[in-house]
Amino acid sequence: MTTPLLEARGLVRRFGRVTALDGADFELMAGEVMAVIGDNGAGKSSLIKCLSGADTPDSGEIFFDGKPVSFRSPMDARAAGIETVYQNLAVSPSLDIASNLFLGRERRRPGPLGSVFRMLDNKSMAAEATEKLAALGIGTLQNIHQAVETLSGGQRQAVAVARAAAFGSRVVIMDEPTAALGVKESQKVLDLIQDVSSKGLPVILISHNMPHVFEVADRIHIQRLGARVATISPTSHTMAEAVAIMTGAMAPDAVS
Amino acid sequence: MTSIRTIDQVSRSESPVERIRGALHTHAIAGPSIVLALLTVLFSIVGTNFLAANNISLIIQQVMVVGTLAIGQTLVILTAGVDLSVGYIALLSSIVMAKMSSEVGLPGGLAIAVGLLCGLACGLLNGVLVSKVKLPPFIVTLGTLQIFASLTFWYSESATIIGSEMSPVLLWTGNTFSIGGTNFTYGSVLMLLLFAVMIFVLKSTAWGRHLYATGDDPESARLSGIRTSRVLLSAYLVAGLIYAIGAWVIIGRVGSASPNSAQDANLDTISAVVIGGTSLFGGRGKLAGTLVGALIVGVLRNGLNLSGVEVVWQGAAIGTLIIAAVGIDRWIRGDSK
Repeated sequence: MTTPLLEARGLVRRFGRVTALDGADFELMAGEVMAVIGDNGAGKSSLIKCLSGADTPDSGEIFFDGKPVSFRSPMDARAAGIETVYQNLAVSPSLDIASNLFLGRERRRPGPLGSVFRMLDNKSMAAEATEKLAALGIGTLQNIHQAVETLSGGQRQAVAVARAAAFGSRVVIMDEPTAALGVKESQKVLDLIQDVSSKGLPVILISHNMPHVFEVADRIHIQRLGARVATISPTSHTMAEAVAIMTGAMAPDAVS
Repeated sequence: MTSIRTIDQVSRSESPVERIRGALHTHAIAGPSIVLALLTVLFSIVGTNFLAANNISLIIQQVMVVGTLAIGQTLVILTAGVDLSVGYIALLSSIVMAKMSSEVGLPGGLAIAVGLLCGLACGLLNGVLVSKVKLPPFIVTLGTLQIFASLTFWYSESATIIGSEMSPVLLWTGNTFSIGGTNFTYGSVLMLLLFAVMIFVLKSTAWGRHLYATGDDPESARLSGIRTSRVLLSAYLVAGLIYAIGAWVIIGRVGSASPNSAQDANLDTISAVVIGGTSLFGGRGKLAGTLVGALIVGVLRNGLNLSGVEVVWQGAAIGTLIIAAVGIDRWIRGDSK
């Protein structure tokens, strides 16, 4: 058996008297789209935050490429090549599209202008931002210098997804990327996920939307009461069965 | 395909009022600049000698203190904070500078350097309490305001250190040079230089961008990989240093170091920043707007004096302007932030 690219064992995370993660396991193989589903409060977001460095588990281990890692901040996870699209998108509304794409990894001008005066290379960042958005098929941006707050929800989502896809070299994590979107825009994001996946990048998709999950996922991780209860395949199980396992109405192994 | 309409395209189909709103949104400094121009025209008609060379010199001298301090205040407000301790950081630093020269006998340059360190230390205290202990900036600076005030009165023994007792270097910011009959102080040149440097830093460096992002939405900034706690700490540190430079300007302006000078400075810096179009909610605003805002406060105070309006009404005029500025700011941003 090959080693999973990203693996978590026995993660525990408590907030006061609430246990969000209660010995949760997780594994992601290279090249696959792994969906994570679960009822509200099942610990999906907590799990994802631990994997992306936004939060640190109280106990349990995370392995990346088979080696134990401990991400103390999103920067650590990013340095390892893991990019995340958060539910709140984590974009800065008053900054423009290009600035948002490069936020936290700005590029400086070559020569003394950059090294001594710390000047940003806005031109090259804007050019590359345009290129990266175009490469993802969302290239009709007329103005890369437009503030993100002037964009619609779907367009903001596109910026956030583009940022993750453009810079994620190993794993892209997406937390409810279609939750706030209309039908057309959701389809666009699903296409994006498949684009990213077809480039060989594994994707972790957290979603409530069963049709979306069944459309793009290779495997489905079912989270319940802070732990993984099953990992199923969309070809071996139906949506109704997935929901039944998720809500506890059906035991994971009771499949015909 | 996801297509994105630019602001220009959107406003083309909207009413003239909406167009003005859109224009003010993209050109944030236009509003305050128009107000400054209107005030100048008004006072040059109503008040005698408003545009006289010596009056313009006076306005510049009045503005250089508030203007310099307001640079630091802008940094703090951009992070969605507010610094109520600005006035006493400046005063404490000015007393330290003066005493280092008059009592300790340090050479002028060194005395100023120790004063700058004092400003940095005050900024460090504010910054640590806000970024590490995570207390609200309003409460932190309300507390340190009174701590720094006590220190100021204690260290100065409530006495003024007169200019003749200190090195002339400390008074340099009040020295003037003349261009076409109008006297300019070196302090005002120092202020403009500081504006130029900080405008560059905010606009063209990663630190500046991170400051905006942190003030705009701290959680998003953190998730984007910005060390927001460090950004906050550095904002208060740099602000403290700038207030101490303001201390040097105050000594030049007053000609002495007194624990009772620059009493209006605290609120006037906030007025200048807000009137200059920077949002108290953080993440939005321009330093150039603060310069215009400081000029508006200076021109308004001076013009009302010359027009024979009683001093008691100056506060009301500035207060009205602040409320109007914030109201317009809300309207421009579509009530969202």
